Amino acid sequence: MTTTTTAPAHPVLAGLGRLVRARETGIAIAIVAVVALATVLNPSFVFSNDGFRDLLLTPSLLMVVAIGQAIVIITRNVDLSVGSVVGLTAYLTGSLFADVPGLPIVVVFVAGIALGAVLGLINGALVAFAKVPALVITLGTMYIYRGINVAWTGSDRINASDLPAAFRELGTGTVLGIPFLFLLAVLVLVYAAWHLRNLRSGRELYAIGSDPSAAQLYGLRVTRRVLAAFVVSGSAAGLAGVLYAARYGTVSSNAGFGWELEAIGAAVIGGVAIFGGVGTVWGAALGAFLLLTINRALPIIGVDDFWQRAVVGVLIIGAIVLDRIAAQRQHRRLVAQREETR
Amino acid sequence: MQSDTTSATTPALELSRVVKSFGAVVALRSGSLRLENGSIHALIGENGAGKSTLVKIIAGLYRRDGGDFRLRGEEVDFHTTAQSKANGIAVIYQEPTLFPDLSVVENIFMGRQPTGRLGRIDRAAMHAEATEIFDRLGVRIDPDRPTDGLSIADQQIIEIAKAISLDASVLVMDEPTAALSGVEVDRLFSVARSLRDEGRALVFISHRFDEVFDLCDTVTVMRDGAHVDTMPISDTTVDDLVRMMVGRDVTEMFPKLPAEIGDEVLTVDGLTQPGVFHDVSFSVHAGEIVGLAGLVGAGRSEVARAVFGVDPYRDGSVHVDGAPLPKSRPNAAMARGLALVPEDRRRQGLVLDLPVTRNITLAVRSRLARFGLIWGARENESARVWASRLEVKTAALDTESGTLSGGNQQKVVLGKWLATDPKILIVDEPTRGIDVGTKAEVHRLLSQLAQQGIAILMISSELPEVLGMADRVLVMREGRLTGEFKREQATPEAVMLAATADEEAAR
Repeated sequence: MTTTTTAPAHPVLAGLGRLVRARETGIAIAIVAVVALATVLNPSFVFSNDGFRDLLLTPSLLMVVAIGQAIVIITRNVDLSVGSVVGLTAYLTGSLFADVPGLPIVVVFVAGIALGAVLGLINGALVAFAKVPALVITLGTMYIYRGINVAWTGSDRINASDLPAAFRELGTGTVLGIPFLFLLAVLVLVYAAWHLRNLRSGRELYAIGSDPSAAQLYGLRVTRRVLAAFVVSGSAAGLAGVLYAARYGTVSSNAGFGWELEAIGAAVIGGVAIFGGVGTVWGAALGAFLLLTINRALPIIGVDDFWQRAVVGVLIIGAIVLDRIAAQRQHRRLVAQREETR
Repeated sequence: MQSDTTSATTPALELSRVVKSFGAVVALRSGSLRLENGSIHALIGENGAGKSTLVKIIAGLYRRDGGDFRLRGEEVDFHTTAQSKANGIAVIYQEPTLFPDLSVVENIFMGRQPTGRLGRIDRAAMHAEATEIFDRLGVRIDPDRPTDGLSIADQQIIEIAKAISLDASVLVMDEPTAALSGVEVDRLFSVARSLRDEGRALVFISHRFDEVFDLCDTVTVMRDGAHVDTMPISDTTVDDLVRMMVGRDVTEMFPKLPAEIGDEVLTVDGLTQPGVFHDVSFSVHAGEIVGLAGLVGAGRSEVARAVFGVDPYRDGSVHVDGAPLPKSRPNAAMARGLALVPEDRRRQGLVLDLPVTRNITLAVRSRLARFGLIWGARENESARVWASRLEVKTAALDTESGTLSGGNQQKVVLGKWLATDPKILIVDEPTRGIDVGTKAEVHRLLSQLAQQGIAILMISSELPEVLGMADRVLVMREGRLTGEFKREQATPEAVMLAATADEEAAR
């Protein structure tokens, strides 16, 4: 039997074809469309002093959380506790500045990320060792972390005046017109995407999510990888918590409330399969961007407050239905392709 | 050519008197296996004889409780599959274990991808090596496509590519041919022989004796968790092996009982689903066993599923007792006395997490219900009848079905459908992956059912089974019926020709 390879398309062309078909491209186009529509109706959406800054600044925090969430979902798990982790670390940030005057900002960042990592480690350990589904475990820790937050905060809250000016400047400042927080989010995104695509530990996350029992047979260190995914997700939420304090200045006990669902929604919209194994952090980050940009654009477009949530819901269901149809078509195409080369 | 092996050389792998138990259940009493380099070693035995347990110890999935395990003369004790792999052992399981969402290349190298600077995976190197392996194997599989949608045969080739890329010195194949067609088996065998000629040690587990004699040079027989005997394949015969496996003489492997053939009960006319099957017409009479032969992928299961109503069809009709059966309504089919025992029992036939009882009564729930509730006592009673008639070997009926052996699982699936008291029974590969003893029992059972006047449509890829059991043999190729033979006319040559006719020309 001789081997014939089908004439390979030019690598650049092939790459271009993939790019055009990619989910990420679709989301990016949707973002551009939403922004364009809102800007036509109200030019200040982009072309005002704060318009462009807010456009990039508002989704930055959720982007960071969604990147962590996507990594967990890729392993066929889910992290419902991220909203509570954002709340806890945001409050930690505020109280560190309030209680320890003159503390270097770097130390606070490290402390916030470290707390997030520990909370993620608790999630990961419970999931990996107790063999209980992540949905249940993180639903539990979501309430526990939020409960701790409420007990710790009480009716107290952190005010902008408690925070050093340099730190607050970080939250709203820009570099060459681009918000610092957005740059940070993009930095996290680029590294996460590179890691997931090019390192063994990244590829193994996809393998684990694609078929956990096969991963076991391959001899992959499933427990360790899943644990790591939760630590990453916790750390990302921890970072987002610190940024939350910098961005908003005010932190009460319900900071980050409901963010877990927005992060999951963002990942799903971005093409991360809820059953794992498929998707990219690019998609999740773009999904977060689209989600929050739509939220801001809808009032301008004239959609009633009442309907804004429904639009988000439609977006999520639409994304899932789209995934399902695409997956079925892909499966049929792959079967057919194999038949042809027989 | 294969190197001469003498007992003086160090064996590639040697297990002696290995013991493994799970709680009170002893899965392996005294497992022994001695593999030489450059040899293909058959490991045979009935289901439950301990072959799989032995393989899982070699693979590092289980740890032995006692006995010796030496690899190239060194004592080893694997805690994980990764350790076994690192020592050059590759195991190809009966059910392929690939990642459907990932590309073929990634599947081959997962966990040990070649890396460059900063630990970055070297995709080009990975791709080149995969292409080279496929060239060597003489197969055409696009390395960049996802493994989703590949046939089981291709998936096994990928498993073998994995083993080669690992440079495995010991390769264990657990029933690799169970789902393959003739051409695919030939391809697999030529790959296996070339691996042997490179000096690797191969273990081949199979229930098909013709394959064992065709491929292997040495054979080890196991029975009841213990080693029975090891000998060169040339010193033994099928009869001897069967005797050793079952510990008794099996005179009649396919006991076909005479049955009275009655009226036509199932009529299929011009069934067509574009791209799947075309213009398929046949009938089955009461008391008749109709064998549906053909290569894997010929569309036989699809026709069966369409008749039963789980898959759609575009044109044609199905009649039961002369009255039309509605399309795509399995419930209606069941109400009219149809039963379908599917091919993939683990996925389609059994709820693995449920106990045996519940699985058997699953299809007759509504009949068992009183006031809309299912009473445990009635359910157990009904299940017990069938479990004992089918001789399901399980300590208790509340055992989870997933823990039963393949043969016993198949009996539970059969029991589930027989409990519905069907008039027409469609069985798809009823003895796939089942040992000789249980096989004969399944055959006897089908034969008895036909005697009771049930019409049976039996899909099977095993020619002896079709020829031994069927009153009439239908043959499908590429979605079309290409032959119909009465029992007397059905010779292996005639059936194989009808199943493959154009294959040769196409190649």
